[in-house]
Amino acid sequence: MTALLELRGVVVRARDCAILDVPGLTLHTGETLAVLGPNGAGKSTLLRVAGLLLRPDTGQLLLDGQPAREDALRRATAAVLQRPLLRRGTVADNAGLGLRFRGVGRREAQRRAAPWLDRLGIAHLAGRPGRLLSVGEGQRVSLARALATAPRLLLLDEPFAALDEPTRGQLVLDLRELLADHQVAALLVTHDRREAAALAQRTAVLDQGRLLAVGPTEHVLADPTLSPLVGASLLDAELARRLAAPQQHPARCKTPLSCERIHR
Amino acid sequence: MELLREAIGSAVRLLTHGDPYTLEVLLLSLRVSLSATVCALVVGLPLGMAIAFGRFPGRRLLLALVNTGMGMPPVVVGLVVTILLWRSGPLGALGLLYTPTAMTLAQAVIALPLVVALSAAALGQVDEEFRLQLRGLGASRLRSLWEVAREARLPLLAAAMAGFGAAISEAGAALMVGGNLRGQTRVLTTAAVLETSKGNFDLALAFGVVLLGLTFVVSLALTLVQLHGRPTSR
Repeated sequence: MTALLELRGVVVRARDCAILDVPGLTLHTGETLAVLGPNGAGKSTLLRVAGLLLRPDTGQLLLDGQPAREDALRRATAAVLQRPLLRRGTVADNAGLGLRFRGVGRREAQRRAAPWLDRLGIAHLAGRPGRLLSVGEGQRVSLARALATAPRLLLLDEPFAALDEPTRGQLVLDLRELLADHQVAALLVTHDRREAAALAQRTAVLDQGRLLAVGPTEHVLADPTLSPLVGASLLDAELARRLAAPQQHPARCKTPLSCERIHR
Repeated sequence: MELLREAIGSAVRLLTHGDPYTLEVLLLSLRVSLSATVCALVVGLPLGMAIAFGRFPGRRLLLALVNTGMGMPPVVVGLVVTILLWRSGPLGALGLLYTPTAMTLAQAVIALPLVVALSAAALGQVDEEFRLQLRGLGASRLRSLWEVAREARLPLLAAAMAGFGAAISEAGAALMVGGNLRGQTRVLTTAAVLETSKGNFDLALAFGVVLLGLTFVVSLALTLVQLHGRPTSR
């Protein structure tokens, strides 16, 4: 089967030093590939190369088996970054932005983006200024904005990193459902192996710019030699140790303050 | 004090009665300075973008030159433009000296460094990741620059206003390249200089008041736009 996207012999250099070296990596239609690795491993660089937001110094990108042209790849992909980066205007305006870049008129773009806002549970925010949203709401707009362009490949650069734990969990599960329903492929850059476990069929591990392993997510996450690189945190062990100790119910405080009382 | 009171009274009368001479000078000032601002913007905005986003050799030197240019004396600009447009000068064949076009050119040169430096600073304020995000949504290079400029439209407007302010308030260059010919190249500042030297303080003051009024209107417009463009708090 021809891969949707293939990276061949990709090398990116900065000041004569290779910061990314990927001999080969493929991504198939409808598949989510997670990229795990510590800070500075080259994960975001890999994602930028995959969307041709950054041109590699050497190597080739193939889209559907053919050398990828920048405009064709740009139209096939949509990126969601760590922060929502919304522009001035309403949520509806922002959600239609990617379509506007594809020559769709403003009203039509808003109309076509509306179901995605609905799907991501933020249809009621459509008329609100984008800049006034919480980070979690903003990130949902960012996802709607990307999905509205009907991309074949979603480029996700730590899209949940700025979210609190409950918001992150819900959004990850919502996204999993969306990706499966619409057969959209995704390249997910993350620090969090739980996100990889929830979303990705395969996982790649990068360290210091080099591709160390690619394989089914469960194999990669279970490999003890890779565990220091894939976020098996020392703190996880700490948490497990504390939870293993005999537990008592904590003393309950009074009910949380209501909004009125906070703002009085 | 008496002289000042009389001058102010005469200035108010001239302005309220729509004196044709004052009106003519005002309209020419606006025409020349607005055209100069537009020219400075057309050249200055792309240069500001190049400085803000470009990575090319000499970028820092260019920025240093532009910053130096912000303090360039109008008389020096007037001198250089006069030499360029002088009959035997490199652009003498165009026959532009002592025309409003020459004044527009000189004022555009004065406004240009302000427009470039302030627009580079304004564009530099926009989050660098924002441009990446736009590209990642399929925006062409040009379209992403346009969107970034839209994000920075208020500080860019301030750059335009600063350029206009510098253009309309300078006298030296307009005097040198325009010649202060009545009905042809006389603008508010040069008229004020002339009337002061003739002892017509009321007329000179009237021009001064009009200049101040214009500055006020421009500042007010800018303030209103800035207030309107600021997101309201929740």
